[in-house]
Amino acid sequence: MGQVISIVGATGSGKTTLIKDIELLARENTPSRRTVTLNGIVPSEEHCLLPSDRLIALITQHTNFLSDMRVKDFLATHAAIRSCGREGLVVDETLAFANQLTGEPIDTANAMTELSGGQTRALMIADAVVIGESPVILLDEIENAGIHRTKVLELLKQYKKIFIFVTHDPRITLLSDFRIVMKNGAMQKVIVTNGEEKKVVEQVKKIDDLLLRLRAYIRNGEIITESHLKE
Amino acid sequence: MKLVICSGPPTSGKTTVLRHVIKKLKSKGERPVFVKTDVQFACEDELFAQELSIPVKKVYSGELCPDHCNVMVLGDAVEWARKAKATVLMIETAGLCLRCSPYVEGAFGMVVLEATSGMNLPRKIGPMLSLADMAIVTKIDLVSQAEKEVFRARILEACPGMQVIESDALHGIGIEPIVKMIYNSSDIQGPLYLRGNPPLGTCTICVGKKEVGWKQHFGVVRPLDHQVFYRGE
Repeated sequence: MGQVISIVGATGSGKTTLIKDIELLARENTPSRRTVTLNGIVPSEEHCLLPSDRLIALITQHTNFLSDMRVKDFLATHAAIRSCGREGLVVDETLAFANQLTGEPIDTANAMTELSGGQTRALMIADAVVIGESPVILLDEIENAGIHRTKVLELLKQYKKIFIFVTHDPRITLLSDFRIVMKNGAMQKVIVTNGEEKKVVEQVKKIDDLLLRLRAYIRNGEIITESHLKE
Repeated sequence: MKLVICSGPPTSGKTTVLRHVIKKLKSKGERPVFVKTDVQFACEDELFAQELSIPVKKVYSGELCPDHCNVMVLGDAVEWARKAKATVLMIETAGLCLRCSPYVEGAFGMVVLEATSGMNLPRKIGPMLSLADMAIVTKIDLVSQAEKEVFRARILEACPGMQVIESDALHGIGIEPIVKMIYNSSDIQGPLYLRGNPPLGTCTICVGKKEVGWKQHFGVVRPLDHQVFYRGE
């Protein structure tokens, strides 16, 4: 059973602080003094220390790959550390996953630092899901990262994990199971995506797709006319 | 009195980590004092004196190798700290030489490494890492989860059993386990000894010979395509 959750709110309302606290399993030891519990229990200190036990991967617009190892070497190294026993398969699966999210496929002979912004984000998500097997994945405003959002949601749902999006994107928000509204650093309310909202999802998708198409026309150097707004 | 020796490459975040450690120690009623050894510039002492109001000292190694300098001044520093009735003496060293290591038997040694410095760093820095009691990895908010894991694995490969702490030191995250380790370390006593073996031989360059090429030098020398050997009496 997977779950998709959105965190929404104005800039400065505390969205990023909230997911950083979730990532670190805060125990009153972060600037917000918040405590994060797992199934109602405060996780032990030891549990919080080991990154591979931490259950949570955070991917933001600012997280970058800094290693100049080649993509295939890095993935193989990470897979070996996670000792999944099926290293080769896992690396292929990770790359296949990542390539579905980006425009241009990843060249595995490239250094990690040579990847484009979209490829970097796509590979981070794929790595966290497939190699890291993190049950909880936090994604901070990845809609601006040049990856295929609908595809992300589709793929992610197959993997039955908990995905928490910090987002300003109506489409991601309405496709979530529920959303947390942040205000003044705190959670103000939780809105479950109900029948009413589910009805408008299709219309929102159409508007969003139109904007995506317009973006593609502009990228191709076309002159935009009214006919571009139809279809 | 406990002795903490903190080393790590320049800009790795030693000062930021220590600032939070000192704050925590103070809040627990400890009396920390701080000595900074660097080559030619440091301002951490003034920063700590102002912000944390603790006794501080600064040592410039200048012409001396910084690790050598640290060994020279440490005895006096211990005396100074005892006079100041300190419960914890914290030494921050530039730690520039990767052959030596500044750690002392019976004291707590910690190395601060930045996650952004490349996956091979743990393989490069020798005894600065392998003789430490704890490795603190900073700037973790800047790298991917995957790289954090690889970096940790590389540290453990260089030094199995090492205590590794990931820290977002700017926000004071990951500080408690460091403070705990300092608490659990024993008080220093008697004459102090370096933990590692100093490197082989005396450096002819250090004593002023500037000619390039091994034929101009004596003691332990090394040609390009051969192992080191001893040349001289």
